[in-house]
Amino acid sequence: MAGAPIIDIAEVRKSFGETVALDRLSMRVAEGQVATLLGPNGAGKTTLVRILATLLRPDGGRVLVGGVDVVRQPVAIRRMIGLAGQHAAIDETLTGRENLVMVGRLYRLSARQARQAATEVLQRLSLVDAADRPVRTYSGGMRRRLDVGASLVGRAKVLLLDEPSTGLDPAARLELWSLLAQLVAEGATILLTTQQLEEADHLADTVTIIDHGTVVTEGSPAALKEKLGYETIEVTLAEGVHLREAVEVLRPISLDAPASNDSAARITFRASRQTSALPTTVRLLDQAGITVEDVTARRPSLDDVFISLVGHPSQPDSTEEKTPA
Amino acid sequence: MTTVSDDLGQLPLSARLTDPLVIARRNLLRTRRTPQAAIAAVTSPVLFLLLMNLVFGGAIHIPGMTYIDYLVPAMLVQNIIFGGLQASTGLAIDVNSGLIDRFRSLPTPPSAPLIGRSIADLGLQLLATALALVAGVALDFRFHGSAPSCVVAIALFILMSLCLFWVFAALGLATKNPETVQSATPIFFLFLFVSNAFIPVDTLPRWIQGFATYQPISIFNNALRALTQGTQASQAALGHSTTYFTVASVAWCVSLALVFSVLALRSYRRL
Repeated sequence: MAGAPIIDIAEVRKSFGETVALDRLSMRVAEGQVATLLGPNGAGKTTLVRILATLLRPDGGRVLVGGVDVVRQPVAIRRMIGLAGQHAAIDETLTGRENLVMVGRLYRLSARQARQAATEVLQRLSLVDAADRPVRTYSGGMRRRLDVGASLVGRAKVLLLDEPSTGLDPAARLELWSLLAQLVAEGATILLTTQQLEEADHLADTVTIIDHGTVVTEGSPAALKEKLGYETIEVTLAEGVHLREAVEVLRPISLDAPASNDSAARITFRASRQTSALPTTVRLLDQAGITVEDVTARRPSLDDVFISLVGHPSQPDSTEEKTPA
Repeated sequence: MTTVSDDLGQLPLSARLTDPLVIARRNLLRTRRTPQAAIAAVTSPVLFLLLMNLVFGGAIHIPGMTYIDYLVPAMLVQNIIFGGLQASTGLAIDVNSGLIDRFRSLPTPPSAPLIGRSIADLGLQLLATALALVAGVALDFRFHGSAPSCVVAIALFILMSLCLFWVFAALGLATKNPETVQSATPIFFLFLFVSNAFIPVDTLPRWIQGFATYQPISIFNNALRALTQGTQASQAALGHSTTYFTVASVAWCVSLALVFSVLALRSYRRL
């Protein structure tokens, strides 16, 4: 991990009645990194973000942001962080500028500083043309950018984003991602929760997969995929070749029974990464005199990592995570 | 629940003074952009005044006071309740939209968003009061009290508005749900109707007269009546002096504000 941890969570616990939301969860995020919390509904992602944002008090454990304890010094934390959620928390009847000035004042800027900061942020969010229109008239992507932008007026060092791209169309999502990448390039630290593995893959320096309130695994996206230790090989055979014969040839290097699709003349199997599977596949089939149309090797996706660890696919289009009150 | 000392005391004094104004501005801008609810709130005391005066004006005789002089102060108090219910709903909506979470994640005192809203609401109340007074005067409402006591009446009205706000803030933040707030309205109607707002308490069934006499709405109504109509009329029509009703009102205001501000702020911190 590069640099000192700016977010340092140790053994944090939180229950809502009988429901255990966080079960001695520990994680660290280095300054200037994008950390992604990945997990199914009810895994505890939102609870963790709310604790970091001082909205919720943990039952136990220790949570530090920038070396400051979230329970003992919430005001000091609030000066450092910016929170943006699944629902854009901005007033729809106010204009973009009015929202930003209001938030700027509450970040303890003077009226003049707040107006100036709002203008700067509107420029960098490309919202200058819409600045003086009520937010009601904004598109979903514009609202979400404004929501994230609200943190920027206070020059928040740590951005806490709870499913920031939920409900955005692909173009708006790309815009948001490029904004977040810019902010990180300028030194911000981002902790974001997501159910979209693609988002984690695209943005994250580290991915922390949590389930049932505890960390299942963590690492860089590449390292997590590496950890799975296999790649998926897909072979398309030339016309007229006996599929069954090819399956038998490939069985020795396959980790499990190869799956074959007769009509497409295709075989798919998982091979250990140690065996340099792609050249081996080609060589074995060639030696057996089987003509091949196409061979591709696919590294595991984060989806594969997620499924292998959590036991079911992530659900990118499901509803918000529920935190029982 | 253990209480750990936090660093809220570290906020500069300016935060306590200016942040409520920042929020009040937000609420007033919101009102200006979506005026439907505010128009209804500001004009409803006039409508109630016309209606009640029409229905009860001929039937009810108040010894020592005309019915319109008796009715106008009660309509002003009633409008604080109606306005308060809108504040409850508004706060519940702000909780659900995530805006209150945003405020709670910012370095601003927990009281600021609530005090800010109460200031904005007071502005609307004063506007509604001005309209109701104009309508009242057209219907023969008159100030019979001294000039200083009319000033005290206005000050007391402002105090009631700011103090009662906390009851509704607690309701909105505890329920976090606009529909639940709606379902709580019968409680407030109980206080409005089992009171001296429209009729003298001695026309009510005996067993409920005690409640109707001493509950806050009745005390507030009588305080504004006594202050606007003079202490002689007050003694004759209402049974006590102006001072009695004024002091009792202030006591109710302070007690309600103390209890419900604690509840409201506790709910706010635990949302």
